[in-house]
Amino acid sequence: MKTWNRKDLTGLDELSSEEIDFLLETARAFKGVGERSLKKVPALRGKTLVNFFVEPSTRTRTSFEVAAMRLSADVVNISATASSLQKGETLKDTALNLQALQADIIVLRHSSPGSARFLSERLGSSIINAGDGAHEHPTQGLLDIFTMREKFGRIDGLNVVIVGDILFSRVARSNIFGLVKLGANVTLAGPSTLVPRSFEKLGVRVVHRIDEALEGADVVNLLRIQHERQRKEYFPGLGEYTSLFGLTKARAARLKPGCLVMHPGPINRGVEIDSDVADGSQSVILEQVTNGIAVRMAVLYLCAGGAGIPA
Amino acid sequence: MKITRITNGRIIDPANNRDEVADLWLADGKITAPQPGKETETLDARGLVVSPGLIDIHVHLREPGQSHKETIATGTRAAAAGGFTSIVAMPNTNPSADSAATITWIKEKATREACVNVFCTGAITKGLRGEELAPFGSLFNAGVVALTDDGHCIQNHEIMRRAVEYARMFGLTVMDHCQDYSLVGDGIMHEGEWSLRLGIPGWPRAGEEMIVARNIMLAELCDSPIHCQHISSGGSVRLLREARARGVKISGEVCPHHIALTDATLAAFDSNFKMNPPLRTEDDIEAIIEGIADGTLTILCSDHAPHAFYEKEVEIDHAPFGITGLENEFSTFCDILVHKRAAISLARLIALYTAEPARLLKLDRGTLSVGAPGDVTIIDPDLEWTFDKNKSVSLSHNTPFHGHTWKGRAVRTIVAGETVWAL
Repeated sequence: MKTWNRKDLTGLDELSSEEIDFLLETARAFKGVGERSLKKVPALRGKTLVNFFVEPSTRTRTSFEVAAMRLSADVVNISATASSLQKGETLKDTALNLQALQADIIVLRHSSPGSARFLSERLGSSIINAGDGAHEHPTQGLLDIFTMREKFGRIDGLNVVIVGDILFSRVARSNIFGLVKLGANVTLAGPSTLVPRSFEKLGVRVVHRIDEALEGADVVNLLRIQHERQRKEYFPGLGEYTSLFGLTKARAARLKPGCLVMHPGPINRGVEIDSDVADGSQSVILEQVTNGIAVRMAVLYLCAGGAGIPA
Repeated sequence: MKITRITNGRIIDPANNRDEVADLWLADGKITAPQPGKETETLDARGLVVSPGLIDIHVHLREPGQSHKETIATGTRAAAAGGFTSIVAMPNTNPSADSAATITWIKEKATREACVNVFCTGAITKGLRGEELAPFGSLFNAGVVALTDDGHCIQNHEIMRRAVEYARMFGLTVMDHCQDYSLVGDGIMHEGEWSLRLGIPGWPRAGEEMIVARNIMLAELCDSPIHCQHISSGGSVRLLREARARGVKISGEVCPHHIALTDATLAAFDSNFKMNPPLRTEDDIEAIIEGIADGTLTILCSDHAPHAFYEKEVEIDHAPFGITGLENEFSTFCDILVHKRAAISLARLIALYTAEPARLLKLDRGTLSVGAPGDVTIIDPDLEWTFDKNKSVSLSHNTPFHGHTWKGRAVRTIVAGETVWAL
């Protein structure tokens, strides 16, 4: 019987393939809850979850909130502007206060890499990483992998292409760590400034020509260009980016039938993805959002001490 | 009068090419000729090494202005506990040491509170801002032994050139923290596999090498010495080697963490492994050790950079750069360079901490010649010990070396004939 022994989820890099597998299986069991008319189970009744989002987010925060409510947990949302971080309190002190308020689970979104791990080592509460700088966004990685596995029935041997701003992307890192562990062939594509060759050391292929990258792809995962993380000039402009790396209609037409088009959102129509392609039959962008709830339910349930896969 | 006789130790005095078992005599705070029968104190050094007092030319004492991190009193006690009889204080205090008044304040406070010799550096530019030259003349008259903007790097090459030229008039060495701001940006750790994996902004080797190359060119242009502080990159070692072979007045120093630890240690996001310049790779460590062995790198030092616990206990990108080092640096180097790697002899290790820094900064120290100041460090080169940061006498405990075991340690520190620390 597989089990889960972690109180926190800070990244996929530190998980074994068995642990990732177990999370995905648990998520599969929870997915059914959302398909019922009464979308609620008592698994976390009486538990308090704090969504502590030091960096702004709507989609991820809402997804965690929905997931927690479906598990019957009580949810409190705190944003950066409402927290005492604005008044000079350290992250550690703010988090200790949340723990003193008897939060069982703290979901953290923060601009600093390692911030979730930092708290996980200092607090007894469960810490769930909802994005730490450019480091990891493990639940996004898991929901992407969950979606791929749902469609293909496997991850081993899949050709997954991740396109875009890899250097600054926590989504890319969590995808890379998880997919490589589960045996996918991962290709990274994008400008050489944002996809340096040294990424090959993580066990992936690095390609700077989009057509070469897309050939034989089973999944194309497109990332948003994260202007807010870039202080320097990494490429000449969005127009050139689209012409070199955007998933245009012409490029999409050459994809294998059955190739999935994914995007963690928010999408920039006409930049990294053509508007029609985003809405097209190969796109599973909105299914990813739905799957995100199941994946986050599984993560919250297991980290809060839930044993085994619920019936 | 107090007359001390240190008996039967192995005297290693690189400045005089001396390495022999003999007695060493101290009287009136100075090294003296033997005065058999007149000793008032006898120290048995059988099986131990008697060395000129060790010198660390790169220390942050944090006073004035940052006494919550370290004070002259606690910093010099940490120095003594590491075997150091002389330390050179960096000018990035608050206010920065860019005026004779601040230098005088530090020296007077050191006279009252320090247990080892404190030498001062002055800032190269006012407020360490890299824009206007500080008053070198009055700094020199106030007693600075070198000039540096350490913690900062002058980006404008013209200002750096004029600084080096102007310092020459006073015979002062300019020391530089080599960091190209445009290349390094908000980099925190070595740019490489680990920075990619951890999503931490990278600090590329070229950010250091660019300024080392600049300094080589300016040292050549001005025919005046520039000392490159805390070398971290193998490429910098190659640049320095080539330049020194041509006779350029350029030198470089090494800190223990840059040969003991790699960037992989950042995997736990522990800010005690965050320093500037950053930890790099095994390749860099190899190149630096080779540079120490072949004489390219002539100075060892700590870059002792104390920070309060609560300042370091934050997110990795919010934490200040720097770690302590005075109490462990000699042991770390002795263990790696002399014992584990056999890259240099014990006598050369001692030279790197005595004769070499004394020559670079023209200090009247680092030798056991008769008449020299009675600064002596007694060393047990084979003593194994484990570093416990909770026993550290520094005010701050921001070290990555807690629990490390090394072979070789100073066991007694004597300043001007008086024992200021003994194990």
